Amino acid sequence: MKSYLKTCTALALALGMTGNAFAQVKEIGAGEGEVNIIAWAGYIERGETDKTFDWVTKFEEASGCKVNVKTAATSDEMVALMNEGGFDLVTASGDASLRLIAGKRVQPINVDLIKSWSSVDDRLKNAPWHTVDGVHYGVPYMWGPNVLMYNTEAIKTAPTSWKVVFEEMTLDDGKSNKGRVQAYDGPIHVADAALYLMTHKPDLGIKDPYQLNEDQYKAALDLLRQQRTLVGRYWHDAFIQIDDFKNEGVVASGSWPFQVNILKSDNQPVASVFPEEGVTGWADTTMMHVDSEHPNCSYMWMEHTLSSNLQSDLGVWFGANPSVPAACTDGSGMQTKEGCTANGFDDFDKVHFWTTPTSKCETQGDQCVPYYRWVSDYIGVIGGR
Amino acid sequence: MTTAEATRSNLPTILPPSGGILGALSDLFWRRPTVLLVVMLLPPVLWLGVVYLGSLLALLIQSFFSIDEFSGLINREFTLKTYGELLRPANLDIIVRTVVMAALVTLSSAVIAFPIAYFAARYARGKWKALFYLGVMMPLWSSYLVKVYAWKLILAKEGILTWLLSKLHLTALLDAWLSLPVIGGNSLSVSFTGTFIVFVYVWMPFMILPIQAALERVPGNLIEASSDLGATPRQTFRNVLFPLALPGIVAGSIFTFSLTLGDYIIPQIIGTSRLFIGQAVYAHQGTAGNIPLAAAFSVVPIVVMCLYLWGAKRMGAFDAL
Repeated sequence: MKSYLKTCTALALALGMTGNAFAQVKEIGAGEGEVNIIAWAGYIERGETDKTFDWVTKFEEASGCKVNVKTAATSDEMVALMNEGGFDLVTASGDASLRLIAGKRVQPINVDLIKSWSSVDDRLKNAPWHTVDGVHYGVPYMWGPNVLMYNTEAIKTAPTSWKVVFEEMTLDDGKSNKGRVQAYDGPIHVADAALYLMTHKPDLGIKDPYQLNEDQYKAALDLLRQQRTLVGRYWHDAFIQIDDFKNEGVVASGSWPFQVNILKSDNQPVASVFPEEGVTGWADTTMMHVDSEHPNCSYMWMEHTLSSNLQSDLGVWFGANPSVPAACTDGSGMQTKEGCTANGFDDFDKVHFWTTPTSKCETQGDQCVPYYRWVSDYIGVIGGR
Repeated sequence: MTTAEATRSNLPTILPPSGGILGALSDLFWRRPTVLLVVMLLPPVLWLGVVYLGSLLALLIQSFFSIDEFSGLINREFTLKTYGELLRPANLDIIVRTVVMAALVTLSSAVIAFPIAYFAARYARGKWKALFYLGVMMPLWSSYLVKVYAWKLILAKEGILTWLLSKLHLTALLDAWLSLPVIGGNSLSVSFTGTFIVFVYVWMPFMILPIQAALERVPGNLIEASSDLGATPRQTFRNVLFPLALPGIVAGSIFTFSLTLGDYIIPQIIGTSRLFIGQAVYAHQGTAGNIPLAAAFSVVPIVVMCLYLWGAKRMGAFDAL
């Protein structure tokens, strides 16, 4: 009887604890003195890299919450760190956020407690990479497109299609594009090929570039094999790509606004476009750990990400787009309307945001090729198989 | 002074046990030297056994797991399926590519390093010797990444080397080389030739130093005796100098071979984007979560190196250790 009672108490306690952990925060109390955040490198700046880019110091002064940042290099690293625990927040990309929700590592967010929620871009408020069954699991942080960057001396008229990086053609300077284009050195680039096929081979029936059945996947790989004959080197590191555009004679490639902005500020003859097929892109969300020890500071930080100079200045710093549209124009930081346009802010509808391909998929009857095969096959394609 | 001497003369012959934990410990170690030995050796043995060999073992075990085709979850049942995947053409390519590159880099390093080491061991004296050491070691002082990026600029299509060759009217030569299949490419920095050059440069000190050490140990009178007995310089090299320097060459080759086998940064920055073993491991464990295949890939260099070391041992590379 005694042991039975003990078990009951333990169960009750355990249930109580889990119940507590899964419930939303009802109100924001006093700060706990610190908040631990997992973020992409360059995402949380306190003026140490460049004095003019600081969106932490003021928050710390106002809230009394010290911000501790752990940078992560890949989405998988973020998921692993969140599984380990000990963190409050994470800036998760679309390929990590759903995994975190499915793995119950993040808790629902009570958006009523975030005063500036209404200022969030309507297009992002209910985005499927952080809202599941109507429950919000995070606050949109930043987003950005993968644009087509090209050299304006080799390509006089702005290209309207990704064709220039997929098929051999003669460019405006009279030379072939062979050996002068680049592609992203990550398996997710398969989605760019699928996006191209979506427009150019509609009979394949691709509905979503991240949900490919065997036939569609095979067609995408064939296109990538053709691309391999045009590509000298795939790009992986933003700065290596910048160097390749300067010194290696590369004239066209999928790229980030970040590289475009840097090359332009260096007076290089480059420009970028959103081709007619659309583009792929990334969108990050601030999510809160299910066992967060500093929920009040976390909520304060989430509010801060929306209402301070962060959205505007980070947009300039990272070549990304704010989740709060007003940040483009309200002068809260250094971003301007032109800057937002350059980063692709107006072309949201053309962006197919990154998600991890899984075998379960709506558009192809749960017969999709999962991500790990994208990895091994893309290695083969780059290797010339 | 006087009091101290007086106390010392009054000391008993048999000491009472010294007080405190430290004293007791000191007595224990004195009475039982094996205990001291165990205590001293335990941390390094634990380090080697648990941290080093333990993690290797964990890696080995991982490589016998497999990834579930549908969910992408790791299936923790022992199977050889993952090793079977290594034999897929795309993966086999990676292994062959890496091993061939490592072998070529090692051979060329040896050929280039030998005359340099010979000069340093036989002719350089005084400040020239110091200069030699400085010259060989200096590249090791600067960051490896800085060197690789510098090479990227040197080898680039619009880089220094191309400029130099065009001034010398030798561009046609470079173009002819780059038009060759496999080793050619769009420019030196996006070809295997470029990867090869940078590998040779970066690992060269590791080849020169062991050869030089081996050559220093070859007595000069053996060379003289050889020529006194009528051997041509070529014969002296083949029958006297080379066999005596061989352990040094083999020792150096172990460095260059294993370093090339495991490197994943150089081929990422300079080359054709075709993967090497290190990059494949990185891609499979980092982005794909396919840890079994990554583990199986990392077992490959271990096996190759074991074979290599076995061969090196037979050639007497470790006799001088």
